[in-house]
Amino acid sequence: MSHVAPHMEPPVRLSKRDVMPTWKGILVRIAGILLGVALSSLFIVLVTDLNPAEVFTSLFDGCFGTPRRIWNLLQNTAILLCISLAVTPAYKMKFWNIGAEGQVLVGAAATAACMIYFGNTLSPWLLFPLMIISSLFAGMVWGMIPAFFKAYFNTNETLFTLMMNYVATQVIAFLITYWENPKGSNSVGVINSATKAGWLPYLFDKQYLINILVVLALTVVMYIYLKYSKHGYEISVVGESENTARYIGINVKKVILRTMALSGALCGLAGLLLVSGSSHTVSVNTAGGRGFTAILVSWLAKFNPAVMLLTSFLIVFFERGAAQIATSFRMNESLADIITGIILFFIIGSEFFLNYKLNFRHSKKKEG
Amino acid sequence: MDLAKFASFITQAIITGIPLLYGATGEMLTEKSGNLNLGIPGIMYVGGISGVLGGFFWETYGDKTNAFLCVLIPMLCSLLASGAMAFIYSFLTITLRANQNVTGLVLTTFGMGLGSFIGGSLSTILGTGTTVSLNATAAFFKTPLPFAEHLGLFGKTFCSFGFLAYLAIIIAVIAAFILKKTRIGLNLKSVGENPATADAAGINVTGYKYAATCIGGAIAGLGGLYYVMDYVGGTWSNGGFGDRGWLAIAIVIFCLWKPDLGVLGSILFGGLYIVYMYIDNLPRASQEIFKMLPYLVTILVLVLISVRKKRENQPPASLGVSYFREER
Repeated sequence: MSHVAPHMEPPVRLSKRDVMPTWKGILVRIAGILLGVALSSLFIVLVTDLNPAEVFTSLFDGCFGTPRRIWNLLQNTAILLCISLAVTPAYKMKFWNIGAEGQVLVGAAATAACMIYFGNTLSPWLLFPLMIISSLFAGMVWGMIPAFFKAYFNTNETLFTLMMNYVATQVIAFLITYWENPKGSNSVGVINSATKAGWLPYLFDKQYLINILVVLALTVVMYIYLKYSKHGYEISVVGESENTARYIGINVKKVILRTMALSGALCGLAGLLLVSGSSHTVSVNTAGGRGFTAILVSWLAKFNPAVMLLTSFLIVFFERGAAQIATSFRMNESLADIITGIILFFIIGSEFFLNYKLNFRHSKKKEG
Repeated sequence: MDLAKFASFITQAIITGIPLLYGATGEMLTEKSGNLNLGIPGIMYVGGISGVLGGFFWETYGDKTNAFLCVLIPMLCSLLASGAMAFIYSFLTITLRANQNVTGLVLTTFGMGLGSFIGGSLSTILGTGTTVSLNATAAFFKTPLPFAEHLGLFGKTFCSFGFLAYLAIIIAVIAAFILKKTRIGLNLKSVGENPATADAAGINVTGYKYAATCIGGAIAGLGGLYYVMDYVGGTWSNGGFGDRGWLAIAIVIFCLWKPDLGVLGSILFGGLYIVYMYIDNLPRASQEIFKMLPYLVTILVLVLISVRKKRENQPPASLGVSYFREER
């Protein structure tokens, strides 16, 4: 490098890092988050004249202030984590499924359909399996349509799955016109509010406990599936290089279809947990953008289910905390999106310093 | 449907299509450089609210009767703000090589949040409920072509729009010309197809990517401005923009990354977006199915181009992939 005439050399040169020690990686990420927090406090101070310390007390208060808030925090983390786990196998395969939102919605719609049409006629022993099967199936179909075209015609899956989200939204809007209760309200209302048929049971009197346990179990299973199973191995080979996969005898089409079936089905499960396990209703906002946020959770965790526990918690923590700041200081509730956005920009940006090294021109001289 | 109703349908289709056209042209330029900017919905939203903010300050503190400044100031605000949003995306994906999908989606969340925050706060401060109205500014934006009224039904159908509508078409045509006929366009396309080759040929890959993404973002932002100033007549309400940003991305695919086709595609999508209002006695359930049409049509096109494998109709080859010179 330094043999070249020095005035030709740019002051900073980039090179790819091999591996960064874990502790260093964690420090870089924490630095990124702190910078993001600092900038969002600056934003809050600039638009209001509040004391940032007060604001951040309120952030923690919003997440941990009352048992109810803690349960809400955990529930939201569980759902986000569930969808993130769902999209992970696809991403590991480099199949950019940004259709989780739609897959969750159809799963939610399938669950709601079972609750509405069979809730008061079938016994719970039949109803719950039916709900589970139909939500998984609905999500699976929604995920496999783009996967089929990707596998056989190499259709761009990012754009396809994106469009499928809006088709799903319209399907829900269409169904709501049939299910609306009361008539003319354009919303489904709480389904089976009297009989509670098809509502997931409250374990130990805690409404969200069952959701949280299901998702925790799923995290463990997904970790094992991706790390130790043959399927998991095939997924990572296809993700690294389709040609290599073909060369060593992996049926790439089959892997794509199977993985997206799994991914879609798990999104459908998230729909079930949302409808049957928490809101007991369905609307076009049931997924609430989580299908998009999940992409972030999964990507930030480098597709490692164990780390996703942390990343999903972190994102929900900032979202709920920021929502509390907005309520308690009477600001617009969209503040939450701004703060989360700023912090995420910094987390995304800090990834750069994990993967690349900046070589300053003078660094060599100093070392030598 | 009689002629008058059909003419009004065409008019509505055009004005519904114009914001989509801005978004689509902007996204086409961006994608031609290999950047899949899913932040476009957020950028368009910010483009709208920043125009409102600029218009609001000028109406309050400036000279409300000066048509030129009343139009120029919101436009500049909108261009700068949406350009800045696209710059955030560019910096993260081009310089810091972050994942494009992730960055774009965060940009959309951020933009929607920023827009709704400013819109909500402004209407709370003004005490106007949930909307902000800028009638004086909007009136200038809505001024039709001077000869429109002399042309009868034709004038009413095609010449009664504010200047931003014509600007959208002009920009799309210029973009098509640049892409098809100029050296700059050729270079831009090569950056999107194969940045390593472009780099070896001495093309400034980083520069092209930044320029295309930021200019594309600024153009898309005008779509938000047109929507709020002309389409809804200067009244901002949070969330009113709806899913138009995503539709713009759909048009990019539908029109095969060709800005000139984008003009027709946008009007068609505008028509599909509102056609349910023009069919008599359509039950609400079927209306919802009709609203699905633009997306279904897009999926169909996406599948068709991948089945036919015609080379000039494919997405830019390096779309969605960050470029790092030392990674070969």
